[in-house]
Amino acid sequence: MDLYEYQARELFATHGVPTPVGKVARTVDEAVAAATELGLPVMVKSQVKIGGRGKAGGVKFAKTIDDVRKHAGNILGLDIKGHITRQILISPAADIGEEYYVSYLLDRSNRTFLAMATHEGGMEIEQLAVERPDALAKIPVSALTGVDAAKAAEITDAGRFPSEVRDQVIDVLQHLWEVFVAEDATLVEVNPLVKTPDGIVLALDGKVTLDENAAFRHPEHAALEDSAAENQLEVRAKEKGLNYVKLDGQVGVIGNGAGLVMSTLDVVAYAGEAYSLGGGNSVSPANFLDIGGGASAEVMANGLDIILTDPDVRSVFVNVFGGITSCDAVANGIVGALQLLGDEASKPLVVRLDGNNVEEGRRILGEAAHPLVTLAETMDQGADKAAELAAAALNSTGV
Amino acid sequence: MAIFLNESSRVIVQGMTGSEGTKHTRRMLASGTMIVGGVNARKAGSTVDFDGSAQPVFGSVAEAMEQTGANTTVLFVPPAFTKDAIIEAIDAGIALAVVITEGVPVHDSAIAWAHAVATGNKTRIIGPNCPGIISPGKSNAGIIPANITGPGRVGLVSKSGTLTYQMMYELRDLGFSSAIGIGGDPIIGTTHIDALQAFEADDDTDAIVMIGEIGGDAEERAAAFIADNVSKPVVGYVAGFTAPEGKTMGHAGAIVSGSAGTAQAKKEALEAVGVKVGKTPSETARLLRAAIG
Repeated sequence: MDLYEYQARELFATHGVPTPVGKVARTVDEAVAAATELGLPVMVKSQVKIGGRGKAGGVKFAKTIDDVRKHAGNILGLDIKGHITRQILISPAADIGEEYYVSYLLDRSNRTFLAMATHEGGMEIEQLAVERPDALAKIPVSALTGVDAAKAAEITDAGRFPSEVRDQVIDVLQHLWEVFVAEDATLVEVNPLVKTPDGIVLALDGKVTLDENAAFRHPEHAALEDSAAENQLEVRAKEKGLNYVKLDGQVGVIGNGAGLVMSTLDVVAYAGEAYSLGGGNSVSPANFLDIGGGASAEVMANGLDIILTDPDVRSVFVNVFGGITSCDAVANGIVGALQLLGDEASKPLVVRLDGNNVEEGRRILGEAAHPLVTLAETMDQGADKAAELAAAALNSTGV
Repeated sequence: MAIFLNESSRVIVQGMTGSEGTKHTRRMLASGTMIVGGVNARKAGSTVDFDGSAQPVFGSVAEAMEQTGANTTVLFVPPAFTKDAIIEAIDAGIALAVVITEGVPVHDSAIAWAHAVATGNKTRIIGPNCPGIISPGKSNAGIIPANITGPGRVGLVSKSGTLTYQMMYELRDLGFSSAIGIGGDPIIGTTHIDALQAFEADDDTDAIVMIGEIGGDAEERAAAFIADNVSKPVVGYVAGFTAPEGKTMGHAGAIVSGSAGTAQAKKEALEAVGVKVGKTPSETARLLRAAIG
């Protein structure tokens, strides 16, 4: 789970990383009140979970209350790469002397953690890493020993921080490691870490990604979720414990196991290339939905319920390989779900079953003879049939 | 021969008395695995009956090894306890630990792996969040269905569970020497490269299917390894061409960040070293058939 900047900075403050305390506003009036309370000048910052806010006009300096009013009005509602700004952070504007960069993240290749640091902040770190890789220090951090004062000093020196801020950066790095470990983060990044003209080191912006697998030991993390900003189908799916991601196509996809569902999306997209929707678009998947390797009847019903209520979906492809589960259970789940949904189930369903008890599963679906259900022999055939049905539905309604 | 697991593997189950552990211990026994006991400190000394096969429960991995000569453990321990269970298995010095558990915090996996490295990498770890490994007709450590196909001369390594089953099904007439699901988490024990190396050295394997998915650079690294070290035919498949950037697709590791880790980049890396990559599982199966003539 990615956090908003203001949430990241609150976690920083909790664990002793120095950062100016700001206030979140959801309206222009709240922004003005926050700026009045904090004292001018302030920064007005869009809170969206995507980079490039500054370039998109989502970060502004406000010297007067009129500035605050103007910038807050412009930034609230601002669309940054598809992310609509619903809240803004009003933060005391710190004078910036120098800009630095520090982060901790997961190093998948080496199966450990990594510290990255440089005294050359102020530019896109990805750009720096490509253009001047030597300027960005990358220091492996052991999960067993972590970052103590000596390790923090090693990182600081590798990042070639000026001697007058060395002690402060060492301190920041230790506290930032505390954020990383205590909060079960997979990324903590401070960009920029700044030195003010009077020599104080501060975290002016932060990015934190939390490990959702660790939610069981962080009940407090649930409060950081912003379900209002998420797709409502995704929120509903999450409530039902389903692994669902909304995409922008027309074929609803449901399957068991993350890898098989990802593969199904690809196969649907390839099959969809043959069915043009005009304007250079062709049929493509409407969602990712993994009902898990087990795929019980009840879970199947929940999954179908989510997909069939998505107005973008024109046809559904159910692709299940019965490994641990058996196909008769899945078939019963489909039949039961269609009964449960009744008239709401108004979209054609293509079902491909293979694996355990496949004959019995196909027999159950054949016997039920639901007018919306088509059986497919293989994954490729099923994807093609579902794409064809989606295209037919769209072309007949003229959308 | 098969890789990592064979007919003489003596297997214990950590978490055998839990619901998943019980269910899959029964399945492993039914597929011919030599299960020699389970581990649960709170139920040590008891016995669990699996359709006539009485399995003793031990207090620790070390005790189970001493009493039964076990050399392989399969873990069905809940996520909150998985790190300690892996470390216990490592400290006992068992040769192979297959970690099925899904949802292990990545900091825990990192600590367990660092512990394995610090103690000299004596235990091969597969997983976590994986379906395990099967050497058809010999042994089955994990949750891969044994009835999809039988023994043969194809080796399979995959990040995903059901995609492993799908590919075994596509090639069910050929059969497999071993099929291994290494798991979709960001930090895993055994990698594609480890499996490729073992299949290359395995006399019972003629050709290899490698299945990857978006996220990380394991497939790119595997491609570089294949170029220098693998002489047997390898065909590949990569899932996730249509996955949008920044979205997690079920596997914690399956997330595309920026340009790195895309399915296209992985496909190109594999093709650059002569590995043919299928667009779909069925096309991948055709490529494998063509590769072995």
